[in-house]
Amino acid sequence: MNIITLDNVSKVFRLKADRKLLRDHIADRFRDRAANDFYALKNVSFQVSQHESVAIVGANGAGKSTLLSLVVGLTKPDAGRIEVEGRVAALLELGSGFHPDLTGMENIFLNAALLGYGEKQVRNVLGQIIEFAEIGEFIHEPLRSYSSGMIVRLAFSVAVHVDPAILIIDEVLAVGDAAFQEKCRQRIDSLRAEGRTLLCVSHVAGAVREICERAIWLDHGELIMDGPSQEVITAYTDYMNDPHKGLPARTASPAPKVRVMRPGSAKRRATGHSA
Amino acid sequence: MWNGDYQFLLRNLIVKDFKIRYRNMSLGVFWSLINPLIMMGVLAFVFARIFRADSIPHYALYILCGILPFNFLTMAWVSGTSSLLDNAGLIKRVPVPREIVPIASVLSNCLHLLIQIGLLLTFVVLFGVGVNVEWFWLPFLWGLAIMLVCGMSLITSGLNIYMRDTRYVVESVNTVLFWLIPVFYPLSMVPAQYRNIYMYNPVAVLVEALRYVLLKAEAPPANMVLRLTVFSFGALIVGLVSFNRLKARFYDYL
Repeated sequence: MNIITLDNVSKVFRLKADRKLLRDHIADRFRDRAANDFYALKNVSFQVSQHESVAIVGANGAGKSTLLSLVVGLTKPDAGRIEVEGRVAALLELGSGFHPDLTGMENIFLNAALLGYGEKQVRNVLGQIIEFAEIGEFIHEPLRSYSSGMIVRLAFSVAVHVDPAILIIDEVLAVGDAAFQEKCRQRIDSLRAEGRTLLCVSHVAGAVREICERAIWLDHGELIMDGPSQEVITAYTDYMNDPHKGLPARTASPAPKVRVMRPGSAKRRATGHSA
Repeated sequence: MWNGDYQFLLRNLIVKDFKIRYRNMSLGVFWSLINPLIMMGVLAFVFARIFRADSIPHYALYILCGILPFNFLTMAWVSGTSSLLDNAGLIKRVPVPREIVPIASVLSNCLHLLIQIGLLLTFVVLFGVGVNVEWFWLPFLWGLAIMLVCGMSLITSGLNIYMRDTRYVVESVNTVLFWLIPVFYPLSMVPAQYRNIYMYNPVAVLVEALRYVLLKAEAPPANMVLRLTVFSFGALIVGLVSFNRLKARFYDYL
């Protein structure tokens, strides 16, 4: 079952998009818009099925974050089609949706509500969230007294406990000590075993190779390569070390090159889970 | 897309706004009582003692009846207008339904309002006409006021993303509004040819309707109730429709 489907998705950003002056809005009506457009994503197509863990790699400005924001549903594509099924829990930024003046406890409730969880559901997993985050008695202190490691642990803990169908992680795993990273990896593995999907983004290729089995390489908004993470990341690091070699030959057609991982085992596990 | 527990999220956002506003203040929610009382005292002094306009019975109470709705509407409107920008982190990172942000911001002002209404009713009982059956109008009138300001905030908060001046326009309108609604003067003092224009200002209509109930123990005239209903539902519908059109590109502009 495809849980994320992107079909020829493009996202256009207008240069000077942060303008907020009336005269610009008016001038915009008369100006040729295409001149100011640039593609953050261009004709990107791929599918992700349940159980898969996919890394998105690429240099700064390759369109990784834009891609995630589209999957999360924060913004809409200018062309193409996106379908996402199930609850998405996204760790897009250190403690997004957290407020420094609220205590850790209050932030748990706020964040879980933002992710779409109900009150009873939060209370059921509250103990697990606090325990996993290893915050201790600081849970009743305002968040501004937390170290960045504590915030990331809390954010991660909420995200993995709200029963997400898709977990999205954007660079944040780099924070936190080795022990906690190991714990996160285990938790991610168990989520995947339960049939959850993982999407993670990094420009540090090594980190994602261990967590993800499939990788997608983006460059200037275009999909360069999609395949087993070992192959893609090797090609990506080769290219980054010596860009003069040029990008690898792409499949000529914009049609997606999709590899569904272990379809047999995925199915078995899915039925095992529901039983 | 986001299909979580809307009510739970709304409650959490309201509580968040409220806690953030008061957590670091020593007097906390007492400010909701102090602020209108100071305004009432100053206005009563200036207009009753200096301008000698004390022909209105219960003049201080009369002023309070005008200040409370004015304060609530302007404060809720301003905070609703800037709410999307203040919560840019949410809009850019979490796919929550966008309209929940300005609405939560307006509703978080309601506890404030509730305390002030308590103050007003206490004053009415102590110095005015006392409790009477017409008080059943109050929840209805205040409900319409909340709807009105939700609608206005939906319009201006969306616009504020694209034109950051919107907030200042709202603040200027509020300053002007203070003089153009009958807070410290009676509507009957307004020359007849302008009085019709006043009746197109929903805040003025609300203030007058509240005074019928609280100061005269009479039901507000049907004409006023009808106007207020139309204005409030109209504002909410226009607000929801325009917000729906504006929200598509919030992410790109924040």
